Amino acid sequence: MAKLHVSTTINGEPAEFLCDVSQTILDVLRDQLGLTGTKEGCGSGDCGACSITLDDRLICGCLMLAAEAEGRRIETIEGMAKGDRLHALQKKFIEFAALQCGICTPGFLVASRALLAHNPDPSETEIRYWLAGNLCRCTGYDKIVRAVMEVARDMRETTR
Amino acid sequence: MSKQTYKWIGTRPDRPDGADKVTGRARFGADFNMPGQLVGKVLRSPHAHARIRSIDTSAAEALPGVKAVVTSKDFPEQANLIVPTGEMQVNLRDVTRNVMAREKVLYESHAVAAVAATTDAIASAALALIKVEYDVLPHVIDVTEAMQEGAPILHDHLITDGVEPRPTKASNIAKRIDNAKGDIDAGFAEAEVVIERSYTTQPVHQGYIEPHATLASASEDGQIQLWSTTQGHFQVRGFCSRLLNIELSQIRVTPTEIGGGFGGKTVVYLEPLAVRLSQKSGKPVKMVMSRDEVFRASGPAPGATVRVKIGAKRDGRIVAADCTIAMQAGAFPGSPIGPACWTSFACYDIANVRVVGYDVVSNRPKVAAYRAPGAPISAWGVESTLDILAQELRMDPIDLRLKNAAKKGTKTSYGPTFDTIGFVETLEAAKSSAHYRSKVKPGMARGVAAGFWFNVGADSSAAAHVAEDGTVTIISGNPDIGGSRASLALMAAEELGIDYDKVRPVIADTSSIGFNFVTGGSRVTFATGLAVVNSVRDMVRELKGRAAKTWGVDVEGVIWENGQAKPAGSNVGVFEPLTLAQLAATAGKTGGPINGHAQLNVQGAGPGFGVHIVDLAVDQETAIVTIDRYTAVQDVGTAIHPSYVEGQLQGGAVQGIGWALNEEYIYNAKGKLENAGFLDYRIPVASDLPMIETILVEVPNPTHPYGVRGVGEVPIVPPLATMGNAIARATGVRMTDLPMSPPRLSAALDAAMPRAAAE
Repeated sequence: MAKLHVSTTINGEPAEFLCDVSQTILDVLRDQLGLTGTKEGCGSGDCGACSITLDDRLICGCLMLAAEAEGRRIETIEGMAKGDRLHALQKKFIEFAALQCGICTPGFLVASRALLAHNPDPSETEIRYWLAGNLCRCTGYDKIVRAVMEVARDMRETTR
Repeated sequence: MSKQTYKWIGTRPDRPDGADKVTGRARFGADFNMPGQLVGKVLRSPHAHARIRSIDTSAAEALPGVKAVVTSKDFPEQANLIVPTGEMQVNLRDVTRNVMAREKVLYESHAVAAVAATTDAIASAALALIKVEYDVLPHVIDVTEAMQEGAPILHDHLITDGVEPRPTKASNIAKRIDNAKGDIDAGFAEAEVVIERSYTTQPVHQGYIEPHATLASASEDGQIQLWSTTQGHFQVRGFCSRLLNIELSQIRVTPTEIGGGFGGKTVVYLEPLAVRLSQKSGKPVKMVMSRDEVFRASGPAPGATVRVKIGAKRDGRIVAADCTIAMQAGAFPGSPIGPACWTSFACYDIANVRVVGYDVVSNRPKVAAYRAPGAPISAWGVESTLDILAQELRMDPIDLRLKNAAKKGTKTSYGPTFDTIGFVETLEAAKSSAHYRSKVKPGMARGVAAGFWFNVGADSSAAAHVAEDGTVTIISGNPDIGGSRASLALMAAEELGIDYDKVRPVIADTSSIGFNFVTGGSRVTFATGLAVVNSVRDMVRELKGRAAKTWGVDVEGVIWENGQAKPAGSNVGVFEPLTLAQLAATAGKTGGPINGHAQLNVQGAGPGFGVHIVDLAVDQETAIVTIDRYTAVQDVGTAIHPSYVEGQLQGGAVQGIGWALNEEYIYNAKGKLENAGFLDYRIPVASDLPMIETILVEVPNPTHPYGVRGVGEVPIVPPLATMGNAIARATGVRMTDLPMSPPRLSAALDAAMPRAAAE
């Protein structure tokens, strides 16, 4: 079957690719566009390692067909730092040791950024439920949740 | 060892690989690609137990785009030879059969063939064209059933080891081991209270989020390049060399960043297949497991039955302890039955001990190491039984453990006598913690349990190089699975007296540094840390020599302090100190590049002890367990980077909580796994948990220059019983079977109800 031609925006830049109808956006990002920061942990939407945003909505890249990216905006972990400046969440994850092996980290960062865009003042419980779709087997989540809480507080203080 | 003050050790700087890991730049197993690479895929058995009558690969080979197909015929037969791998041992005869089935398939999803093709779709289509004829055999999944007379036998050659007289008939019991101390019968005769219970645990998967992945490139001259997500690239090299008859020096394995392992990435599954496919096709071959394959064909940790009998005096002194463990090894012998037995009563100073263990094969994937292999299973039995004893004696559970705690000089049942250990200090820290002193909230109950792990030393190599500007690279050979680059760099900075950010740690491939044993056994910061310290000391010796040469004095007249060579003795005041940068700048004139090296077989790993405390509530209707507060207390030796030490305690505790509450392998009547995905195999998520409090007790290990003890494994040992003990106190129902999931716990509460109502 002929491939589909897709025009989209990835991390603010126009992007085009050809894909099979059955290909996921995760496969295209990783295998065709070289954006391997988005990880595949399960391929079934259970682990959140492939978290990206589609028009600012948090989704699992493994559950979205690549063809659906036509005319939409996709953000991945590669678009999170601006120039040589890390995003506040990225800095805080390092400072708080909120990663051990680091495989789940891109997904957690993308999910956490989506949370703070949606709710700038989340409670600990709200953070825990928002991030319940992202699995981490190393940290027990403690330092991740603390990092997100601290960034939320800092961001509220700077915008006040 | 007196408490020392350090400049860098004990601080919490950013990890050297932090920026790469928060930006997606870090490259993990599946992130490596080569031009012209093929996709490799594995055909797996649909049966739990079957004889392979024939395999016809001709149609697959004829499919356009298929470049190579391999079956067991492509792998030479191996001798009956046991080799160590991490904390486990494996038999090469079995390893070659585990990576590719030969006479029989022994578990569902056992590999039977592999293909390499130009695309993923063609590789999948090729698998469907391979015709395998099976004679399906009766299978056995359960460990107790596998031990019974008349059970389906997995291996006709398997005669139980460790039994006298040696049996003549094949059995699924691979081995019986025992260890003892004192006189167990006299001990129980002396006891005033005896508690005896039987427990079970289910197999659990290590659950690393990154599936196994590898990329192999074989060239026409016999050289092999391999990228692999592994806890031990030297082990990958060793296995590939053995299984494919390739000289070690022809194989170069580069470890990728590793997305979790917990013991499960100390063995090989895909690597030998990828190398063979690459050899046959002449192209690079990339192989990545699906999550389904990870669950069905890698790991897990074993399930087991544990019988524990403990006898004590009324004052709480334990006088006799007896434990029998039967452990699933999976399809091939080699469960962690040894460490399960040896750790069982290691926390306690008991005069009369007997421990018996059985290593049992059944039609499940071959087990792999999982964080303190075996220890959580025996601790589940022993620490639950101790809690029953504490309740029976109306004693505080920490006081009961303090009364019997192992100390320096305690002889273990398995042989060694403890040197300086911190179990008493850990128990006392738990007892005086804010958590333990707080009142238990209404509707909640509190549980406590302890745990032990040996920790490991073994072989490590390291090198230290000074660049021309005085900055330093330290090179070691252990994949960084949780922040070890930071701890190694901290020790090097401390030793050299220079800033942490002047030290860059690098993890070298198998051809660029000497041999290193796996990242496992909680050994890297301890043993590889010692190799790094020694390599830096070797470099400092050289630096002092260069200063002596510059000044024209004997090397005895030079000391190293705060990153500088300074004149000592009669030379004091005669010369200005020389900084590392100055010595590096003039190195060409004083003897050439300045490097240091060290290679060690490290002994003297300091054992670790943990005590965990939980407050929880059990919903009477749904049997859902809600954790309100959790504290992990552990003797960590010296916390080199305390954040990552805390992280080990938190992560280990949560893996243990998952083991206790939810995780299990569910097999159907045909021996097929029914929950091979993260939706149905439920590991803890953020909303299941509170913050995990940690208390780091620092009792330095006297054999390490900075007092390092391994910390990573101990924290998974106490949680199983910690949770069970709290649930027993919350509900009045003592759970003896894991996991304490809502269906099981609910059934147990219902069963107890009529009795409770009658009372």
